[in-house]
Amino acid sequence: MINPEREITATKNLRGVNCPMNLVYTKVAMAALKPGEVLEIILDNGPPINNVPGSVKKEGHEVLSQTQLTDGAWSVLVRKSPQTPKSP
Amino acid sequence: MEYSAAQLERYSRHIILAEVGVEGQDKIAAAKVLIIGAGGLGSPAALYLAAAGIGTIGIVDGDVVDLSNLQRQIAHHTRDVGRDKVLSAAEKMTAINPDIRVRPHQMLLDAANIREVIRDYDFVIDGTDNFPTKFLVNDACVLEDIPFSHGGILRFDGQTMTVVPGKSSCYRCTFRQPPPPDAVPTCSQAGVLGAIAGMLGTIQATEALKYVTEIGQLLTDTLLSFDALSMRFRRVPLRRQSSCPLCGTNPTITELVDYQQNACALK
Repeated sequence: MINPEREITATKNLRGVNCPMNLVYTKVAMAALKPGEVLEIILDNGPPINNVPGSVKKEGHEVLSQTQLTDGAWSVLVRKSPQTPKSP
Repeated sequence: MEYSAAQLERYSRHIILAEVGVEGQDKIAAAKVLIIGAGGLGSPAALYLAAAGIGTIGIVDGDVVDLSNLQRQIAHHTRDVGRDKVLSAAEKMTAINPDIRVRPHQMLLDAANIREVIRDYDFVIDGTDNFPTKFLVNDACVLEDIPFSHGGILRFDGQTMTVVPGKSSCYRCTFRQPPPPDAVPTCSQAGVLGAIAGMLGTIQATEALKYVTEIGQLLTDTLLSFDALSMRFRRVPLRRQSSCPLCGTNPTITELVDYQQNACALK
């Protein structure tokens, strides 16, 4: 079985970062990755975890997992899409 | 490009657009756009392109701000009356966004100088106020192979089209030469509802941003016109003409000419 956690290329801690700047920082971090690489983002509970994963999916990336951490924040693993779609 | 936290926040509403993103904002920052005319069309185009973060914006105008300009030329404020329009506009653009570089070209464009001025830019916005200059801009952009947005307003009407030389129809494919001076509105007829300058100039700014970010479909091979009184928009399909004297198969226009200017042009 593939364990995505072993593949994490970069982690972006977005605790305390509200919408939509958490999405902006996620996109900046994703832009630095190569297609297929995995980014871990740490999102606050509430609107951030309810919004950012969906937006990331709409851009064509794959959300591999969402795991709540002991402090209530979420670890979300995202695999960068083979190519960024021009018009989703 | 590396963005500071402040820049990411400034451009956040671009970056969160799937079609733009970080890559699109990078293209915007690297782009050079020239705005010809710091008047009704050029003002909104200049302010929006500055706000968008277009890295280098040239703005050309030879006039000074007149009190009668302020009803629609929103880059200029009351205290700017008498100042060079390009300097007045440049000040507002850098006030909105200090990240960008503004090159003010305080000059009148003519057949002898226009090619050298436009050559350095990726995209040109025609915000001029008279037919001779519109033909000059079209011809110079086609000869220099620079995409541009044509635009014009009068009374309650506006029209615009985008030209990608060698690919889409140019202004001369449809309009062969400037209208005779007696067909152009006289001073008393040349009123304009100020807000339509914003309607048209922002369409032109949008085309520039689409071009530099390579998203969507440009307004090529199409003349978009509107009548603000009925608020009806119309799209007239245009086709590239092989008989076009400028971009056709056997062009007869191979260098630029100055047409006679109407002394009472709408400003």
